[in-house]
Amino acid sequence: MSDSAHALPDSDRVLPEHPPVTDWVHDFDHTDPRWIEDPFPIWDELRATCPVVHTKRFQGCYLPTSYQAVKQIAHDTEHFSSRRIIVRDERPEIQKNAAPPITSDPPEHKSAKQLLLPPFTPDAMKKLEPRVRAICNELIDEFISDGQCDAAARYTKHVPVRTICHMLGIPEKDGDLFINWIHMILELSIKDEGMLKQAVQEMTAYFAAHIEERKQRPSDDLITTLMRAKGKDGQPLDDTHVLGSLRLLLIAGIDTTWSAIGASLWHLAKTPADRERLVSEPELMPTAVEELLRAYSPVTMAREVMKETTIAGCPVKPGNMVLLSFPAANRDPAVFPDAGKIVLDRKSNPHAAFGLGIHRCIGSNLARMEMTVALQEWLKRIPNFWLDPAGKVTWSEGTVRGPRQLPILFEKAT
Amino acid sequence: MSATLKVHVDPDKCQGHARCKALAPELFDLDEYGNAHEHGDGRVPAGLEDKAWLAKANCPEIAIDVIEE
Repeated sequence: MSDSAHALPDSDRVLPEHPPVTDWVHDFDHTDPRWIEDPFPIWDELRATCPVVHTKRFQGCYLPTSYQAVKQIAHDTEHFSSRRIIVRDERPEIQKNAAPPITSDPPEHKSAKQLLLPPFTPDAMKKLEPRVRAICNELIDEFISDGQCDAAARYTKHVPVRTICHMLGIPEKDGDLFINWIHMILELSIKDEGMLKQAVQEMTAYFAAHIEERKQRPSDDLITTLMRAKGKDGQPLDDTHVLGSLRLLLIAGIDTTWSAIGASLWHLAKTPADRERLVSEPELMPTAVEELLRAYSPVTMAREVMKETTIAGCPVKPGNMVLLSFPAANRDPAVFPDAGKIVLDRKSNPHAAFGLGIHRCIGSNLARMEMTVALQEWLKRIPNFWLDPAGKVTWSEGTVRGPRQLPILFEKAT
Repeated sequence: MSATLKVHVDPDKCQGHARCKALAPELFDLDEYGNAHEHGDGRVPAGLEDKAWLAKANCPEIAIDVIEE
């Protein structure tokens, strides 16, 4: 197993230190160890103070904390651009076709998104489901006899990696490469721009080879679909667009779902009542998945302020970034009663885990299917599990939040 | 005697979250891009009223109207 070689080191060892935060309202920092470990009380405190707070860190950045403020920004593509979608210490140069459509604004956004939507509909996901179920069981087979595992390294990470490889038509064994690139792009690059460049170069070279191969021998995979797609001018997409979208599918398709499945297992491991309820009432799975997505939404996006405007009564000025915290919005008690409580059969749950507005996550149906299948197969074979008191749960930092080490002890189903 | 319900999806608001299709598959259809529209004329068959309200309550884009006729 090569997991240990790729295990993500503790964030405080790899990242240069930012000064510790003492005043969250005027100086927030989403890379602060307190935020990484337990952001929920911070968001509650900030939300009670102001719907939009600001920090001078990251060359200036706002944080909307209420559902309403997050929604208003997500819907406002006139004042807020998606050309930069990660809040970093530096502002890397804008690349054309960085990762369309997530980095696209209107009017280019719509056509770039539409060509990616058909392969990700709920019906398309149903066809993929048997392969995902098999992947889950192959993974569980590897550690079921051990009575313990790091569920993040042995299970939750590999489900989305192998699934997206399967969809793209690339070898599932290349997954470790992707995990490393994603770590460089989403985490290390916040404070080291060189990491971003290196990872993007390596990914581009990798996919360029796969594109060339398909020019000779087309396949029925997602890479071929993208190569055959036509842009809004009726012409095939240029290679930089295809490469950008492939980068997006890989980056967005892995870390995020890894985190969502991991946070769900973490919750169930430490909450026996919910675990037992989900085992004895499997029909609750659809609402449980939505509730776990709401309560532990992994993805925080970003926008760049292009024109001065007002959000929830607060002035917002160009030159600043916006940390668009869908996770914080989903904990807003104004929209979700008992927002801090996990209610597996929550009836009204219009959560924003997959974003709001035109940038709604393309892979939301894929993520839901993977989460559902990964939890179902786990609970079938490992209905009784708990956090290993001798181990330590660690969380990723930055744009995507989820457990990166999840030591679990378990009993096999009898 | 309860009123007849009709559902309607505002196509300008729908972003394809597909929550309505998951909660009330009898009342909504998805197009090739995964965006939702009401099934047929949107009339809600007797017995499915709760599903109509549930779909509305779970739409993150507030794209669903439930109309009492």
